[in-house]
Amino acid sequence: MELIFEKSSEDKRGIKLPHSDVPQAAALEKQYLRTGTTGLPNISEPEVVRHYTCLSRTNFCIDTNFYPLGSCTMKYNPRFTEKIACIDSFASIHPLQPQLVKGGILTQGALQVIYDLERQLSEITGMHSFTTQPMAGAHGELTGVMLIAAWHKSRGDKREYIIIPDSGHGTNPASAAIAGYKVKTIKSDKNGVMDMEEYRKALDGKTAGIMLTCPNTLGIFNPHIKEITELAHSSGALMYYDGANLNAILGKARPGDLGFDIVHLNLHKTFSTPHGGGGPGAGPVGVTKELAEFLPTSRIIMRDDGTYALEYQKPSSIGYISPFYGNFGILLRAYAYILYMGRDGLIEASENAVLNANYLKSRLRERFNIPFPDGTLHEFVISAKNFADGGVRALDFAKALIDRGIHPPTVYFPLNVREAIMVEPTETESKETLDNFIEEMIKLADLAESSPKIFHNFPATTPVCRPDEVAAVKNPDLRYRVGSQSQL
Amino acid sequence: MSYVPNGNDTRDEMLKAVGCSGRIDELFSSIPPELRAKSFDLPEGKSEFEVEQAIRNLGAKNVNNLTYFIGGGFYDHYIPAAVDSLSSRGEFFTAYTPYQPEASQGTLQAIYEYQSCICSLTGMDASNASLYDGGTALYEAAMMAIRITKRNRIVMDGGVSPIYRKMVRSYTHNLDIDFTEVPVCHGQSDRGELFKHLGKDTAAVILQNPNFFGTVDDHSDIVKKAHENGVLVISSVYPISLGMLKPPGEIGVDIVTGEGQSLGIPLSFGGPYLGFMATKQEFLRNMPGRICGATTDKNGRRAYVLTFQTREQHIRREKATSNICSNQSLCALRSLLYMSLLGDKGLKELASLCRDKAEFAKDSLSAIKGVKVLRSSPTFNEFTIQLPVNANEVIGKMIERGIAAGFPLGRYYENMENYLLIAVTEKRTKHEIVRFTDALEDVLWS
Amino acid sequence: MLPKELSYTREHEWLKVSDENMVIIGITDYAQEELGDITFVELPEVGQVISGGDSPVTLESVKAVSSVYSPAAGEIIEVNSRLDDEPELINESPYTDGWIFKIRITGAMITPLLSPGEYQEFIDSLD
Repeated sequence: MELIFEKSSEDKRGIKLPHSDVPQAAALEKQYLRTGTTGLPNISEPEVVRHYTCLSRTNFCIDTNFYPLGSCTMKYNPRFTEKIACIDSFASIHPLQPQLVKGGILTQGALQVIYDLERQLSEITGMHSFTTQPMAGAHGELTGVMLIAAWHKSRGDKREYIIIPDSGHGTNPASAAIAGYKVKTIKSDKNGVMDMEEYRKALDGKTAGIMLTCPNTLGIFNPHIKEITELAHSSGALMYYDGANLNAILGKARPGDLGFDIVHLNLHKTFSTPHGGGGPGAGPVGVTKELAEFLPTSRIIMRDDGTYALEYQKPSSIGYISPFYGNFGILLRAYAYILYMGRDGLIEASENAVLNANYLKSRLRERFNIPFPDGTLHEFVISAKNFADGGVRALDFAKALIDRGIHPPTVYFPLNVREAIMVEPTETESKETLDNFIEEMIKLADLAESSPKIFHNFPATTPVCRPDEVAAVKNPDLRYRVGSQSQL
Repeated sequence: MSYVPNGNDTRDEMLKAVGCSGRIDELFSSIPPELRAKSFDLPEGKSEFEVEQAIRNLGAKNVNNLTYFIGGGFYDHYIPAAVDSLSSRGEFFTAYTPYQPEASQGTLQAIYEYQSCICSLTGMDASNASLYDGGTALYEAAMMAIRITKRNRIVMDGGVSPIYRKMVRSYTHNLDIDFTEVPVCHGQSDRGELFKHLGKDTAAVILQNPNFFGTVDDHSDIVKKAHENGVLVISSVYPISLGMLKPPGEIGVDIVTGEGQSLGIPLSFGGPYLGFMATKQEFLRNMPGRICGATTDKNGRRAYVLTFQTREQHIRREKATSNICSNQSLCALRSLLYMSLLGDKGLKELASLCRDKAEFAKDSLSAIKGVKVLRSSPTFNEFTIQLPVNANEVIGKMIERGIAAGFPLGRYYENMENYLLIAVTEKRTKHEIVRFTDALEDVLWS
Repeated sequence: MLPKELSYTREHEWLKVSDENMVIIGITDYAQEELGDITFVELPEVGQVISGGDSPVTLESVKAVSSVYSPAAGEIIEVNSRLDDEPELINESPYTDGWIFKIRITGAMITPLLSPGEYQEFIDSLD
């Protein structure tokens, strides 16, 4: 498709601006001024609307396609929460407004939303306090590791390492590293969970914390979790819970009860806020009572008279990690979702997410190798190893599914399964959708055995097929330049 | 009821298929009884209607009728209807990260177009697909400069947003990084002091234009001095001002960042916003965040993909350029729609309109006895005034008159209790500016 | 076929040992095959002094990053700067034009050196 810039023309223009009702000011001196074009396209509104509408139609999305994406929890995004995020009495509020008059009296509604959401999330996870400031899951991880550092520092304890199992998401080691820690990676054992012997060996007085998902990326609830947290605490380390897989255990288990000290949640996973094509997300962080004093500035408190205020004077706080209170528009959606679902609705969501995953697994098991088949909660991992020997790799299954209207599962992750295909159906898919996925997968398995070569032509129904990613790196083309051609 | 399509009969059938005798809770048997949730005390669910009413009632508790003359890096600009309508298409907002290019050309081409706009607006070679906000973008830029130069001192100009300076310091608290902050002099970067710190051990100097006080500056002398000693220059900018002001790339700035909220994104009580970042070609591999690139597919068709992924956490893990695993994709899309709807001519006109109104407000306010408009340096659409009394008191009384009069600089700067930072966008009419002036006069002198 | 005049390591590197403790280092055909199309090579600076087991070189393909280790302590004497513009040389001719760096060794080898036969056996034993 043509680029918007290629539809631009000097004599076109988009929207009308307000008439000027004030005199024209004297121009700035020349050294401050732009002389050339801003490079933005000059184009009419009808053309803008058509361009982006056409562009949108080349996307897969949860409204039109099944996304069995392991660990990504692609569930239905309710429409009413979108409507609520647009309510003018929230969407138009300037973030500095509460600071204009002491005591937050100008934004009591917005402060209450955050306060209530923090209380809800605390109850859901069994934590003492929450901050809504982190702007995505990885941002929550960074906040969490900063909290770990602040806690050790307050005790005059210098620690060096964070322990992370090899099945952990890449953000875990990256977050630990940019916060100033070294990383010790622990292998998985034959059951797919962190190897206890290696863990005991790695854990010592220099360990600052352990970052874990539970259930892990194989969809397995770690049977040693109690022992892991107890060992960590006895050596003075803190337990960090990566909330990526919380959708598996709502109302069944809570990280706080399991002995975790710090938790981050991904509101765009468990609490149905939209993925938006890659963001924005929100990654609130919860902590135990002992860690609450270190949470980022500012904190929202409820006064005795039931009003809400922002508190800035917290001497132990790790400081500002967000300019204000986090991605408020996303928080508001999650808040509305939790109010709508209620206690039973959230439990029902997890139960059906787990049922859907088990249903898929039980049917696909007959045809596919599932290396860790027991104790499946919300997701499971297929290994395409036996097909790969015949030339059809996990990626080929992924691409073939696209032609069948199904977004590929997560492939090549977790790293401890070869040719991994990681499936998480979520609770918002019907049995018919699951059955269709099963049928298509079985057909593809048959095809992989009979005609493996054909897979290299998939997908055939999409606007592009297998773009040359090597060329994209070797000859970087990262922006439009006047005169460059998009139509090759 | 909870967005679960399967009815009870279907559910029973599926339970049977997985070998479960009856209760769905059996599927959770791997969680031992002693580790089960000790509590899950949440209210019962409500209908859409009830939830919406409850939240509208909360919204009504915010003060909603203020006329905004408040900015501080976040501005009350008009958002064209087409921005909302296009960005709320399900194909955009319910799509996943575009890791599978065949299923996401729409998102990818939009990112490519967004990167193109950011590059041409800032005068830089390469942009990423966006970061969380202007503050984290500035922190990421500082880390990037440290990686590139292998030096560990960062010099921050006092005109950089105090909120952002606090953020950069929080993030780097546990790292071996030295900070020097150089206070402004008459609202401008203090050359004499800054130059003293641009030595061989400094990784980068962080500037902002227009700065927090609204001052427009020509930083080319600072860039020249910095480059003489191998110091990189990071500049945080306000994108609407780039419709008028010289792009930072033209004076040799190495990394440009900024907050993109003013480009069609609602104020929404602090987010979600849009951090943008652009740099020179030579620093591309050190840039954090997703990057989209154009290539061809196996049939020779033009195609867009996420590229240079080896910089990122999912491949390089603890050695990645950043831990970021998202971009503000939907906000970046909104900004792209906004920039497309305005176009080159529209953005330039908008920039002029904002400045004209701000200059009118300056003239209007300076007529009030005891009010001093700081005019020692040029400004864009935000400026500082000195009041004869504490700004907080004035702001409180102005709120009673329905006006958010500006931001009290004493909140972040010592000895500036009487100073007020005032922003004017295209949404403020002459009538509102006159009313503002009258109200301020009334508050001060009657 | 594995060139007979080279030594190999379990890290899938080849070494060409010449006089005066000069060693040229590259990666094996097996390694380049596993990595796929190499898109970028990060080379060390000439004169850099390194310890055995350090990784002075990083190789990047589209979806993977891999380190090249030094089998002993020493000083970098020369790097194959053609790789800056033609990283594909490693894929095309890993044992000749795709050599990576030359080091003057000052310490003992910290990894056992394998003969072509031993290395062949080693890679046959992998999956």
